[in-house]
Amino acid sequence: MEKLDNLYREIIMEHYKNPRNKGLVDDPAYVTVHIKNPSCGDDITIQSHFINGKVIDCRHDGHGCSICCSSASVLTETVIDKTVTEAEKLADNYLKMVSNKPFDAFLDLEEASVYSGVRQFPARIKCASIAWQAFLETLKKGA
Amino acid sequence: MELNRWRQDFPQLKDNDLIYLDSAASALKPQTVIDTTMNYYRDLSVNIHRGIYDEAYEATRLFEATREAVASFIHAEVDEIIFTRGATAAMNLVALSFGMTNIQKDDEIIVSELEHHSSVLPWQKVATLKQAKLVYIPLDENGRITVENFKKVLTNRTKIVALTYISNVMGYVTPIEAIIQLAHEKKACVIVDAAQAAPHLKIDVKRLDVDFLAIAGHKMLGPTGVGVLYGKKALLDAMEPLELGGEMNEEVNLYHAIWKDAPYKFESGTMPIASVIGLKAAIEYLEKADLVSVENHVKKLRNYAFQQMKKIEGIKIYNPDADSSIIAFNITGVHPHDAASFFAEHRVALRAGHHCAQLIIKWLGIEACLRASFYLYNTYADCDQLVQTTKAAVKFFRSVGFEG
Repeated sequence: MEKLDNLYREIIMEHYKNPRNKGLVDDPAYVTVHIKNPSCGDDITIQSHFINGKVIDCRHDGHGCSICCSSASVLTETVIDKTVTEAEKLADNYLKMVSNKPFDAFLDLEEASVYSGVRQFPARIKCASIAWQAFLETLKKGA
Repeated sequence: MELNRWRQDFPQLKDNDLIYLDSAASALKPQTVIDTTMNYYRDLSVNIHRGIYDEAYEATRLFEATREAVASFIHAEVDEIIFTRGATAAMNLVALSFGMTNIQKDDEIIVSELEHHSSVLPWQKVATLKQAKLVYIPLDENGRITVENFKKVLTNRTKIVALTYISNVMGYVTPIEAIIQLAHEKKACVIVDAAQAAPHLKIDVKRLDVDFLAIAGHKMLGPTGVGVLYGKKALLDAMEPLELGGEMNEEVNLYHAIWKDAPYKFESGTMPIASVIGLKAAIEYLEKADLVSVENHVKKLRNYAFQQMKKIEGIKIYNPDADSSIIAFNITGVHPHDAASFFAEHRVALRAGHHCAQLIIKWLGIEACLRASFYLYNTYADCDQLVQTTKAAVKFFRSVGFEG
């Protein structure tokens, strides 16, 4: 059961039970992107606030499995206060890591690196990805 | 070791640790179905109804022999059997052809929240396009369709009744015989989704007096890519084909063409010949196994598993009184996709999600659920494995911090 223990790491469970930056704001300065995974019902909305090439704030809301919901929380903590270029690089690297593609292991993904366990569960890659994909969409739309 | 006289016929289960409890999604295939399908590709591989050489004649003969087998399997006439891409295509054909021609503004179409998306979405579309009314039978407190509640929504304006025979989430058998009789008294037409029923119940379209009925080949041990639409001959004759092209016509002129008779006018282009031919082997297998014996076995298994599952603390079962082979459940406080990964790690194949039936999932007030479904090749050992894995899953998820 090492694989499962490796997936349900303490940090992941901690963010699942006590999500950070949860709840959306009604502020036009935020760029909002909503992603749904119709096959399992995961449903995540990400809001990003960019000023002068920097991620000032990032928020999330939605519902789904623990991997999906916790990854949204971890995402927000990882990208807040990063420059847009840094955040984009991190997101890109994270998505490569969880989907078992070659990624830059020297780039510090901070807490998000605990999601490396997802690689062993191909059926869960989507769960770990949608919040970060939604974040990349907010970059495209508004940064 | 318990004796299961069918299990050895399924090559995937030989020397394999797979506990396959997802037959409601798709059944495993017996060797005879695999061989029959492969033999077509190896020995024939040619198109039907066209060539006059031996291989083409033989392929056509085998293709049409399946039509006869299906007709006899559900007690229909041979020319009432249309091959489609699956049950979904069959139900879309009825709605988008028969429905679009016969439904007028303010007509009523009765469906239920137990429907698979393929049984309700085509009618939702017809209702919208034709400004007709989509009416849902109120389900009883367990989520069942009852004759009593059907009577409450049946009116003189009811034109269509589209219902599932067996729910793919709850495993309830719909009392369709009585419903069809009542509907016919109002001159309404009844379409039955038998995708889940055909692998489990002996279907007799004449006794049921059903107007249209859809079957999925892959759920009844057959290949994927083939389904069946049964329709009463007079209804099929009056119905327009949706797909126009090769083989479905009798004569083509510059500005008009003449269709073949049913069922051929609905089978345009090259059909999934190998799958159709393989379906006959599946029907022969089920006839030999005898559906009554199969269903007895499956019910015993389901009950054996259920009696143990209901004692497990920390799980919720949504269909304790199911009639058929399904247990729908969740580990409380654990999203089914988290749970499904645990089962998958233990080689227990379950379905997690909304099972293409979001309406009943919403009715239950949940986001999604786990579904274990049993079929003839399953064993008591499979049930034990399900129970043990469920217990271990509850323990594991509590240990990492999921609260019940």
